[in-house]
Amino acid sequence: MSQVLQVRDLTKSYGKFNAVDRISFTLEENRIYGLLGRNGAGKTTVMNMITAQLFPTSGELKVFGEEPYENNRVLSRICFIKESQKYPENFRIEDVLATAAILYPNWDRGFAASLVEDFKLPIKRKMKKLSRGMLSSVGIIIGLASRAPLTIFDEPYLGLDAVARTLFYDRLMQDYTEYPRTIILSTHLIDEVSAMLEHVLVIDSGKLLLNEDADALRGRAYSVAGKTAKVEQFIAGRRAIHRDTFGALASATLMGGLDADVRRQADLLNLEIAPVSMQQLIVHFTTEKTQAKGGE
Amino acid sequence: MNPSMDDSRPIFMQIAEKIEDDIIEGDLPEESQVPSTNQFAALYRINPATAAKGVNLLVDEGILYKKRGVGMFVKTGAREVLREKRKEQFYEQYVVSMIREAEKLGITTEQLTDMIRKGETAR
Repeated sequence: MSQVLQVRDLTKSYGKFNAVDRISFTLEENRIYGLLGRNGAGKTTVMNMITAQLFPTSGELKVFGEEPYENNRVLSRICFIKESQKYPENFRIEDVLATAAILYPNWDRGFAASLVEDFKLPIKRKMKKLSRGMLSSVGIIIGLASRAPLTIFDEPYLGLDAVARTLFYDRLMQDYTEYPRTIILSTHLIDEVSAMLEHVLVIDSGKLLLNEDADALRGRAYSVAGKTAKVEQFIAGRRAIHRDTFGALASATLMGGLDADVRRQADLLNLEIAPVSMQQLIVHFTTEKTQAKGGE
Repeated sequence: MNPSMDDSRPIFMQIAEKIEDDIIEGDLPEESQVPSTNQFAALYRINPATAAKGVNLLVDEGILYKKRGVGMFVKTGAREVLREKRKEQFYEQYVVSMIREAEKLGITTEQLTDMIRKGETAR
């Protein structure tokens, strides 16, 4: 499988502050990636560099094997949908879509038209008169109908309700199975998108914290809860990534599979045991680091 | 997001289990075609590569087989193999944990067997 993106020691500094700090990863063709992390972690900075909207301070960045800056061969194959997209004054929805049809070589007019209907968009209305949700819908339509070999969605659904978000996920999966391409989804609604991801990149404080197969993160951890002394006894010799104490009670999140041995031992200590979802796991990972930093 | 997918267990395993359930319950008869990975992906809103991993697990276990250019099919004899496998799991998952819980509550073996009979007639 060929690589769409190669990033090595990528860094973006603002004075002494490293917004992105020596990140390295590669993206394979035709996979769906999740770029996850908390607000301010550096996700958008990474995407801005990939799409040549921002110069890296140092490091290497190859998109489709080439440098992306002012490189139309590369940029015509990228579609970047971001929350803060600005449109020309006085443009109507139909003007925006007509422009997209010219910009993106793989643009599918029929698909765009059916999406306009799905999202119930008033095609003649001016962009500046649209609600936040409608603006997001326009972005989603461009992202889907462009069928760009590298499509990036950065928090694409501000103002969209659960019904519209589900519509987005449905159309995305249907179209992706028919027209595979590399997709990066950046969001903090991890629970909603996690099942669609093949691979997950988690960024925290500018560093790459996790770079893993999405399914491998499921069932990787579990939590136990019970009397503090018993929880302490249970976690001795195990890798706890998170701990909470509430008076005489405590809970802990541990790395490892929930096998029969684990269940038996937890049962002997009268501990409640529960699996941990991908979202919970990532939250624990990213808060663990923040807490550790606060203690420095 | 999807009520039928549990985010705390690998999805490829859940897909494999769904297919197994359908075979055991007769919804997927032997020699019938299994939905394609793209159909699974669209239906459950899951990554097609993950769905493919679940299907391939059952190919490796000899439950499904591939007809080139057509798709995946249920092998003859698969239902019986799966039933036996599930019976073993049943002991581990239900019987052992039931006995453990019964011990905790001070329920004797006789009381437990009485309960099972009672449960059977109440069905």
